[in-house]
Amino acid sequence: MSPSKDKQKVKKQQALQQEFQSIAKRQKPKPPLLRNVCVAYAVGGLICVIGQAISKFYTTLGFSAEDAGSPTVATLILIAAVLTGLGIYDVIGQFAGAGAAVPVTGFANSVVSAALEFKREGLVLGVGAKMFSLAGPVLVYGTVTAFVVGIIKACLR
Amino acid sequence: MARRKCGAQTLVFHSAPKIMSAATVVGPLEGEGPLGTCFDVVYPDQLAGHKSWEACERAMMKEAVSLALSKGGLTAEQVDFLLAGDLLNQIISCNFAARDLGIPFLGLYGACSSFAESLGLAASLVDAGFATHTLAAVSSHYGTSERQYRFPTEYGGQRPPHSQYTVTGSGAALVTSAAQAGKTQAVTHFTIGRVLDLGIKDPYDMGAAMAPAAADTLQRHLLDTGRTPTDYDLILTGDLASVGRNIMLELMDLAGIDIHANYDDCGCRIFDREQQPVFAGGSGCACAAVVTLGSVLKQMHDNDLQRVLVIATGALLSPLTYQQGETIPGVAHAIVLEQIEGGAQTGNG
Repeated sequence: MSPSKDKQKVKKQQALQQEFQSIAKRQKPKPPLLRNVCVAYAVGGLICVIGQAISKFYTTLGFSAEDAGSPTVATLILIAAVLTGLGIYDVIGQFAGAGAAVPVTGFANSVVSAALEFKREGLVLGVGAKMFSLAGPVLVYGTVTAFVVGIIKACLR
Repeated sequence: MARRKCGAQTLVFHSAPKIMSAATVVGPLEGEGPLGTCFDVVYPDQLAGHKSWEACERAMMKEAVSLALSKGGLTAEQVDFLLAGDLLNQIISCNFAARDLGIPFLGLYGACSSFAESLGLAASLVDAGFATHTLAAVSSHYGTSERQYRFPTEYGGQRPPHSQYTVTGSGAALVTSAAQAGKTQAVTHFTIGRVLDLGIKDPYDMGAAMAPAAADTLQRHLLDTGRTPTDYDLILTGDLASVGRNIMLELMDLAGIDIHANYDDCGCRIFDREQQPVFAGGSGCACAAVVTLGSVLKQMHDNDLQRVLVIATGALLSPLTYQQGETIPGVAHAIVLEQIEGGAQTGNG
């Protein structure tokens, strides 16, 4: 085939793709953005309220407001892990989207769901290797970001 | 001898290989769906007592094949060849099922188009005289597919409304050259599709990725056979679901072929999208298989349908390709099912 014919063929294919993609885009149902944003805000907020209540509970046990942070996070993670194991957290996630994904409970869900999913492949190559398949990137880039911010802070001093 | 290939892509089976028997096994959600009563076996949950979802999927395929054999009154030794496919890496479900069944075996992969691929090839072997009895089988499973293609099933990510729900189940059909008493359904044509890619990248948008291939195969089939959509009582695509179904209709309108009156999609039929959490509808190899073998064959037998065109559609992606930013190619193969009386031969189209 001559290069000009080749070019024509590519152009024709591109035109076809563009036409098709406009059809596909039109037929793709729009996610209910306003509903999703409101529900995410409400559920995410509710999880934080629960966290605050747990934190208050720990301060009544004698923790200082600052020290209550660690047991509060641990408790939220435990609750999310149990809900994941019971098959409830994914339902909450589908309902609330980012509202369930962004708080620390979402992080716990991503670790526990992967660990559960791969338990049949054994403790080492299954659970051990796959546990952080979803949460791994959060850890990696969280650590990298903390490092960069730390350097910037040190330079500004 | 009459030509066995008409046009560019269609095989004509002059001997009209018959579907001697068929069997379907499905999971719980499919059993609760609108076609629930059409299926032979409904598993109570996604594991059904097996140690893993993968073990459950291959057990489903084995059960579907065994049931098709017993319905047809044959033993595994009497079957010449088994042609089967599934969605898992290295098509392990059908490989392991074939290990236990002991029937000479060809493993196929056409993603969700594997149903038409296996049934079309099974009929080809019978029509050509290479075999007297062949078996076609496919399977898919929600749990095994989710973990291979997407996320752990308990992960709380939000799925978009255009995503699809993989059908858990397996369908098997026993194809024979032997004359059958009374009404039987025969496979008369097999149109082998081309792989088309119009640049869809979103792995959740499989209906859109496969619709161009389905439209292309339908147009080629009509061109090859000289038929029109009205020659069919039903034109059924495999798993385009609600989004892909609308795109398919629009593409056919653009081509000037009206299929609105007799077109539907298996992914839309198998679930009740209002009541069940399946988003746009069903997907997976088993989707086209259990709807066709469980529900459509029954409708044909009850004389509701005389001639049906089934276009099974496959999205040819892997987790690797979409992570590398590649687009999703689609393929679609079509088979014609026709009701015939006894051993009568059909005229060719």
